[in-house]
Amino acid sequence: MLSYTLRRVVSALPVIFIAVAVSFFIMRLAPGGPFDRGRTLPPEVMKNVLAHYNLDLPIYQQFWLYLVGLVHGDLGPSMAFYDFTVTQLLLLGLPFTLTLGFMAFLLAIAVGVSSGIFAALHHNRLPDVVLVLVVMLGVIVPNFLMGALLQLIFGVWLKWLPAGGWSSSNPLSLVMPVVVLAWPQAARISRLMRGSMIEVLGTNYIRTARSKGIGERLVVVRHALKPALLPVVSYLGPGLAYLLTGSLVVEQIFGLPGIGKYFITAALDRDYGLVLGTTIVYMAVILLLNLVVDVVYAWLDPKVRYR
Amino acid sequence: MKFGQVATCIALALGLGMLLSGTAVASTLRISNGGQVGSLDPSKVDGDWENRVVGDYLEGLMTEDPAAEAVPGQAASYTVSPDGLTYTFKIRDDAKWSDGVPVTAADFVEGMQRELDPAAGNSYAYLQFPIKNAEAYNSKKLADFTQVGIKAVDDHTVQYTLGQPTPYFLQELTHYTAYPVPKHVIDKVGNDWIKMENIVANGPYKPTENLPGSYIHSVKNADYWDAKDVKIDDVFYYVLEDQTAALNRYRAGEFDILTDLPTDQYQWIQDNLPGQAHVKPFLGVYYYVMNQSKAPFSDKNVREALSMAVNREVIGPSVLGTGELPAYGWVPPGTANYPGDQYHASWQDLSHDDKVAKAKSIMEAAGYSDANPLKIQLKYNTNDNHKRIAVAIAAMWQPIHVQVELFNSETRVHYDALQSGDFQVGRAGWLMDYNDPDNMLQLLETGNGNNYGRYSNKDYDALVAKERVTQDTAQRSAIMHQAEAMAMNDFAVIPIYYYVSKNVVSPKVQGFVDNAKDIHRTRYLTLTP
Repeated sequence: MLSYTLRRVVSALPVIFIAVAVSFFIMRLAPGGPFDRGRTLPPEVMKNVLAHYNLDLPIYQQFWLYLVGLVHGDLGPSMAFYDFTVTQLLLLGLPFTLTLGFMAFLLAIAVGVSSGIFAALHHNRLPDVVLVLVVMLGVIVPNFLMGALLQLIFGVWLKWLPAGGWSSSNPLSLVMPVVVLAWPQAARISRLMRGSMIEVLGTNYIRTARSKGIGERLVVVRHALKPALLPVVSYLGPGLAYLLTGSLVVEQIFGLPGIGKYFITAALDRDYGLVLGTTIVYMAVILLLNLVVDVVYAWLDPKVRYR
Repeated sequence: MKFGQVATCIALALGLGMLLSGTAVASTLRISNGGQVGSLDPSKVDGDWENRVVGDYLEGLMTEDPAAEAVPGQAASYTVSPDGLTYTFKIRDDAKWSDGVPVTAADFVEGMQRELDPAAGNSYAYLQFPIKNAEAYNSKKLADFTQVGIKAVDDHTVQYTLGQPTPYFLQELTHYTAYPVPKHVIDKVGNDWIKMENIVANGPYKPTENLPGSYIHSVKNADYWDAKDVKIDDVFYYVLEDQTAALNRYRAGEFDILTDLPTDQYQWIQDNLPGQAHVKPFLGVYYYVMNQSKAPFSDKNVREALSMAVNREVIGPSVLGTGELPAYGWVPPGTANYPGDQYHASWQDLSHDDKVAKAKSIMEAAGYSDANPLKIQLKYNTNDNHKRIAVAIAAMWQPIHVQVELFNSETRVHYDALQSGDFQVGRAGWLMDYNDPDNMLQLLETGNGNNYGRYSNKDYDALVAKERVTQDTAQRSAIMHQAEAMAMNDFAVIPIYYYVSKNVVSPKVQGFVDNAKDIHRTRYLTLTP
């Protein structure tokens, strides 16, 4: 078991290196630099700025310096936010993004699985149709619109929830962001669950179970749920990755201090340090999650361990 | 502890929290401040959203009054030598940092040295180039900072020596590039002086918390010299770039001031929140540059035809919907030190049809026709409004035999192309750094890094050089009018509209004075409950 885990960790290292290298060079190849703004810097000053960030060195040297820093846990300076290093910015925002992502994840599973089962049990009847509609809403309404709508309804009209912002003293400020983030994922899980449940409920062993006179609830919970959950479980990995990296819009609409927005804003600002730092952190989180999933699989199924 | 006790405790804590937040609301100002503040170090910032925070915690010798005019801040008094070259400031006796240490002349010298430090590469350092040898020091031509024209005569006296008389120098001293920094803290902790645990303020508010992506929180500085007149206890500067979300939060009562508004909801705001939208002329121009280093824009006639065919009257009211003022000249209305009439183009009053007819005949004389149209590429940085305007203008140019290909890119790429001359026609905009026509005129000087279109006219350059050394206000203004007219008659650029500032201000906020610089220091505001 341990050797399997170690093997997986070691095999992840080249993946990390390649991803860092690719991100590094793609960013540098993109036209425009961090200091090309509406106001031109005098050439002398520009030279000084580039030297300050080592951007005047040959690119392979810059890459080497970056790798050396990385090994020492130093993600370098941000070129847009001077008061924080990249490491500090990510440390400030990451716990928040993880909290938001995991809460949305749990909500998506709970709502997705239960509504999927419910819809399957009322297959093609009114509750099913209503649920399918609600679910589709989550898929077709883009989250920036959903966010604005919920703000308007629950923040402006009903005044039940804060319309945005983050305050550690008021956990209610997380309700709308979590709902907006979770909805599309809950919708996907619900559809998967509904489909697979309908399929399982039509199998012979369920019919056998029913014919033995077991109550409907027991049939579903004890016999149908586990096999029906399989496609959902395999979706959870990518689903969680999506939730963790997809918080950009939610963070921006609700003004939350996470790191999802750096993916876009830092790339647009050509803030090389911050883009790479964000990429590396997300990569590490996703690799770690994959590792956990693989190890759990290996624990469940010995065949995986020796393949 | 039993469940009941726990529940009682929670209920008590919640009640207490609500009570506390209830009492704090009365004097807490909440501003939707736009982008994320890049730094609290005045030498590192360049955005108006950063100015709002930095200008509330640091104060220069001169500062802005409610109408954003220059008035003494940390200075008790000042004198200007008859030749206009030497400015001597006496620092107020009661000017203190928030740790109780007096503000001294050395703090201003330190601030300037950091601003001009060539190794720091501060993008706004050039604003202080009127100071003698500032430019030479900033560009490494001079290594000795004591040669730069700023001197601590004694602890309470700062003296500036200029390279040449600069009529707008007092204005420039209100700018954050001229702010003092706490030398006594920097001597101790170096660049970490800007960290929350070290930061001190000499202005009315002191930052206490910075949560990137969410907000900066500043509280009233009891050591500020005018603290008795500062009514608001603390300020939240919220990071929020989504204007619709900002308006929603304003309507939910979470913000008192929005510093921008969703253009498509301007009408709604006017109808439903009457008097709360403040859309006012703002010192800046939205314009198109034509690359004059290459054909066809080296031909003045082509530039003339293109400029004439742009129907500016519909851009503000119809294309944008926020009533931006049509621009035919280069210096925005409301600019200081500029008495006299605004530039008026000779063709300005023609009907749009007549303008198009005239432009068309010019193009035809230059050899263009439907069979042989002028094909140009129009570059703009990706943004809905820029796109709307580009599409509208492309359509306006069609009747004069111009075929436009639109090309959009991200901001960095766009400005990289403008700076390197890799464009034909491109969008640009300029918000003035100091309230003087010189700030606009310098953009069209030969060799200026922001002269993207590479307009070059020796007579124009000579006029601008002359304006800078002319002390008589009326005479100087006349020279500047002449320069502006020369560039406009050369069709150096296509000015499209003058910017407007777009604030939404709650009726609870008193003391908000609309002004062309769009600077509203919190110390002048009050909140009625």
